[in-house]
Amino acid sequence: MSDFTPAQTGRATAEPRPVRYLLIGGTTVFVALFLFAPLLTVFTEALADGWRSALAALSLPDARAAARMTLSIAAIAVPLNAIFGLAAAWAIAKFDFSGKAFLITLIDLPFSVSPVVAGLMLVLLFGANSSLGVWLMANDMRVVFAFPGILLATLFVTFPFVARELIPVMIEQGRTEEEAALTLGASGWRTFLTVTLPNIRWALLYGVLLCNARAMGEFGAVAIVSGKIRGKTATMPTMVEMFYNEYLSVAAFSLAAVLAMLALLTLLLKTLLEWRHADLLAATRLH
Amino acid sequence: MNIDIEDLAKEFGPERALHPVSLSIPSGALIALLGPSGSGKTTLLRILAGLEFPTSGCVRFDGADATGLSIQARRAGFVFQNYALFRHMTVFENVAYGLRAKPRRERPTRAEIDRRVTRLLEMIQLPEIGSRYPNQLSGGQRQRVALARALAIEPRMLLLDEPFGALDARVRKDLRQSLRDIHDRTGLTTVFVTHDQEEAMELADLVVIMSMGRIEQIGKPADIRARPVSDFVRAFTAA
Ligand SMILES: Nc1ncnc2c1ncn2[C@@H]1O[C@H](COP(=O)(O)OP(=O)(O)OP(=O)(O)O)[C@@H](O)[C@H]1O
Ligand SMILES: [Mg+2]
Repeated sequence: MSDFTPAQTGRATAEPRPVRYLLIGGTTVFVALFLFAPLLTVFTEALADGWRSALAALSLPDARAAARMTLSIAAIAVPLNAIFGLAAAWAIAKFDFSGKAFLITLIDLPFSVSPVVAGLMLVLLFGANSSLGVWLMANDMRVVFAFPGILLATLFVTFPFVARELIPVMIEQGRTEEEAALTLGASGWRTFLTVTLPNIRWALLYGVLLCNARAMGEFGAVAIVSGKIRGKTATMPTMVEMFYNEYLSVAAFSLAAVLAMLALLTLLLKTLLEWRHADLLAATRLH
Repeated sequence: MNIDIEDLAKEFGPERALHPVSLSIPSGALIALLGPSGSGKTTLLRILAGLEFPTSGCVRFDGADATGLSIQARRAGFVFQNYALFRHMTVFENVAYGLRAKPRRERPTRAEIDRRVTRLLEMIQLPEIGSRYPNQLSGGQRQRVALARALAIEPRMLLLDEPFGALDARVRKDLRQSLRDIHDRTGLTTVFVTHDQEEAMELADLVVIMSMGRIEQIGKPADIRARPVSDFVRAFTAA
């Protein structure tokens, strides 16, 4: 009997064939059923009455105002959280201080708190029932049911993404490369730009992309603080819901399709970048 | 440059890494810090480089107090235990880093940087590898590149943390000789850390034996062999 059946010439870690097929098949079915099918439905529903009515729905004033709102929020929230996340990850990975574990837990808080609770929290804090809210109103500043509230809610919900991506990478890389740069005479800022940043750029990019996807897609927290005022504070996700509740299914699904395309674009961008820089990516992995 | 260490102590929280130690390193000497794991060798070296601040005591370079001097101002050529090469830069860029980081008025021209890096790569006998990335090098080659990078800034002293630690016996022998050659050619005050007594005895002018954060004995290799001051030194150098 030969010892070299095909299965045995494969890698030592390879599973027996039935197990492999089961795993691959199972994953494929799952992805098709739970990811691909809903996505397909969104697009077919959007195009149910043809291209023209889908485009017409998107050019409704309410839809355009919602898109503007979502894009402006993301344009502010994503860079801010990229900077906050970078600062937090930097502090955690490169310095020793007491209360570090607590800070890490705190960074994760937005993941464990329901977005609805986050929204309610902001309403309670800044709304008409709090003294802060009354003071703000007296000084003609609106937070709840206005742009600042939506921004705060989005910032809260999307805070962990960048930090979470960066912390393990920065811890893994340690500080010796930075120390080397300092001994070679580089200033702290130069060290950051020429050593730290290049080493974390992929994690940073990935974190920013995820943060962006969530910033544009956030529903729960924003729905509560924004008050969903059409043409004023409605964002794309909340507008989708309102259209849908009014049985304007083409409008709802067209807008949803745009959101889905933004997400797909994000993924495409990431894949493209990884593919184009594959050799550099491999070269920068030491050991 | 001569280095004077006076009553230097370092604590990490409750942990005493260095009890007050004093040591005088004459200009141009090649010194080995020899001792078992955890004896405080790296801590002492890092304090010299400015990467760590002492809890008490002081360091003098050529007589001037250097305890509060910034890392950059010390101009210590430091070779890290795991080399710490910049992984996203080529060998050439690694070696050129310190030259490019100089303030504008001190920075050499591009052509001058090219020339100096090329000369350094020739000196470490690796003239062809300028365009490679660190992960495309062997351990011995990485070590040489780290040395060239440290020398590029024309340091005032050379500090090496277990420079041959992770290499096989033959490469170690070769590199030992090249460190000796480079030291003799540049005349730099050089301190290297090792826990290999044979290496220390063979290479260094002066050996500093450390144990548990204290200096046990300072002396020429032959003197330490002939007259160990304690049982610890005798046992450690006999090993
Ligand atoms: N950053 C730090 N925080 C806390 N303790 C530290 C730190 N660095 C060093 N120590 C402690 O100081 C002592 C001396 O450490 P050091 O790294 O100087 O030893 P070493 O002689 O270089 O040992 P090795 O040969 O294993 O590298 C050790 O007990 C170590 O645990
Ligand atoms: Mg050490």
